[in-house]
Amino acid sequence: MGKSSLWSAFFRRNRMGVFGLCVLAAMIIAAVFAPWVSPYDPLKINMLHRFLPPSLHHPLGTDDLGRDVLSRIIFGARVSLEVGIISTGIATGVGVFFGVIAGYKSGSATDNIIMRIMDVLLAFPAILLAIAIMATLGANMGNVMIAIGIVNIPVFARIARAAVIQVVPLEYVEASRASGASWPRSLMRDVLPNSLGPIIVQVSLTMASAILAEAALSFLGLGVQPPTPSWGSMLSSAQNYLTLAPWDAVFPGLAIFVAVFGLNLIGDGLRDALDPRARNPRAAMRAAERKSQPA
Amino acid sequence: MTRFLVGRLLAMIPVLLGVTLAVFGLIQLTPGDPAAAILGTQANPAALAALRHAMGLDLPAPIQYLNWLGNVLHGNLGESYRNHIAVAQLLADALPVTLELTIVSLIIAAIIGIPAGVIAAARRYTNTDYAMSAAALFGISIPGFWLGLLLILLFSLVLGWLPASGFTPMHDGLWANLKGMILPGFSVGIFSAGVLSRFVRAAMMEALEEDYVRTARAKGLGERVVTYRHAMKNAMIPTVTVLGLQVAFLLGGVVIIEQVFALPGIGQLSLQAIEARDYPIVQGATLLIGVAFVVVNLVVDLAYTAIDPRIRYGG
Repeated sequence: MGKSSLWSAFFRRNRMGVFGLCVLAAMIIAAVFAPWVSPYDPLKINMLHRFLPPSLHHPLGTDDLGRDVLSRIIFGARVSLEVGIISTGIATGVGVFFGVIAGYKSGSATDNIIMRIMDVLLAFPAILLAIAIMATLGANMGNVMIAIGIVNIPVFARIARAAVIQVVPLEYVEASRASGASWPRSLMRDVLPNSLGPIIVQVSLTMASAILAEAALSFLGLGVQPPTPSWGSMLSSAQNYLTLAPWDAVFPGLAIFVAVFGLNLIGDGLRDALDPRARNPRAAMRAAERKSQPA
Repeated sequence: MTRFLVGRLLAMIPVLLGVTLAVFGLIQLTPGDPAAAILGTQANPAALAALRHAMGLDLPAPIQYLNWLGNVLHGNLGESYRNHIAVAQLLADALPVTLELTIVSLIIAAIIGIPAGVIAAARRYTNTDYAMSAAALFGISIPGFWLGLLLILLFSLVLGWLPASGFTPMHDGLWANLKGMILPGFSVGIFSAGVLSRFVRAAMMEALEEDYVRTARAKGLGERVVTYRHAMKNAMIPTVTVLGLQVAFLLGGVVIIEQVFALPGIGQLSLQAIEARDYPIVQGATLLIGVAFVVVNLVVDLAYTAIDPRIRYGG
């Protein structure tokens, strides 16, 4: 399925997916316009206003240093989104690159070496590998992106490899090669566009898991360092004041949950749009009707 | 069967070697000198050089790797920089906690996830199904460590039913031990419950379309019998695999949740070690989990072939 028809199928059939897009849009707006939409400076410490419960002045309360929780969550969207986008970008770029090579040379030693390296990366639970990488590189935001990017490479390599293996023997690719297109050219023009669907689905799901992983690493103190507001590190400090200020623990977690939920909805919606039979019976029927109509 | 087994075992070796290479490489890349970490920053250069020589740190990296691998194969994972306790001993002490929590969360995931998936498929395209699917997505999206905090807030701090943290060894009372595992097990298991229920639903839907199900219906069997006896039996075969593969995610989740509930497992051990730059422990823990994961995958693979009569041993 081409890119444009994938998106139109997505919008026609999937209300929950559209809701997910709205969540993502809200997050992007919050991140981009953070300095203008947040009511307070997220770093401003005010020891006289510690642990204030939610009120009109501080809709989501204040934390242990008297900072406004809402403002910190809005600025935290920047961290989540940046890490989500860049680490997914690393994983997609590197994974697809090696997956395509392995797919083109499938069965060769190159293919074997690439895929065995992917197997080794997959031999650790993702978050543990990320923790180990963070322990090696040291805790800061750039390294968080690298660590989360690395652990997500194998999925993309596998998808790209499978897609290439599936498409390369097809007639139109063969025809384009026969008519003189070099293999990088035929790759860009004939192969990749036809593998885009599954990759796009995986991108949205990986972004969801990357945001979750960043929050987990920061929660463990291995990710984004204070005072930079990150949803995970906010939860980590709130953990010490659960009885005193439960709102400090509730709202940052809610932000993580909503962001991850939204991205998962987008991923699911795209997957359904790719395979109409997957979930919605009405969509499946419509697809069947269209197929039976004369072209 | 023997040939298949041997083949699978042999295929595991390069991956396991890769795992050891990755773990060794990670520590090599870590800045800092282990000898300095042991003797402290005030140590005199001669003592440092002597210790480096004694530890084999002055040898080329490939030789260091082979020496390290040889030690690992003999069960020697080195000793902690801080208190000079053998890493293998520290891991052995922490492992039961992590293992128990993993098993408890696997059980919780199965108890919630499998029936949810079966019911969703039995009532497909009804509101029950949609509600179940939404709940599954909730489970997949909720951060386990946040859920843990919410559960502590409600069940420990407000209601006072369950302990908020700490571990009671099993020999100090089974109930006290289990009470401490319920909240963490739930926090970790809910993700896998979501994954499982989605998978079971899909597998059931597929099974319900099969010829033998149509035959069963044609014989006049009720929909209940067809769903719960015929279709479910076959949908459970691939579910075993997914359940097994969840162990990896559970292990990852367990390590984080141990931190929330202050459980003295592998996760807490390695995080404390990371903070103290006690790298032999980090190295040992990462290696242990990587190897355990590869072995679990192998066992799942073998279990799958054993359960499904359609799979032939050979190729």
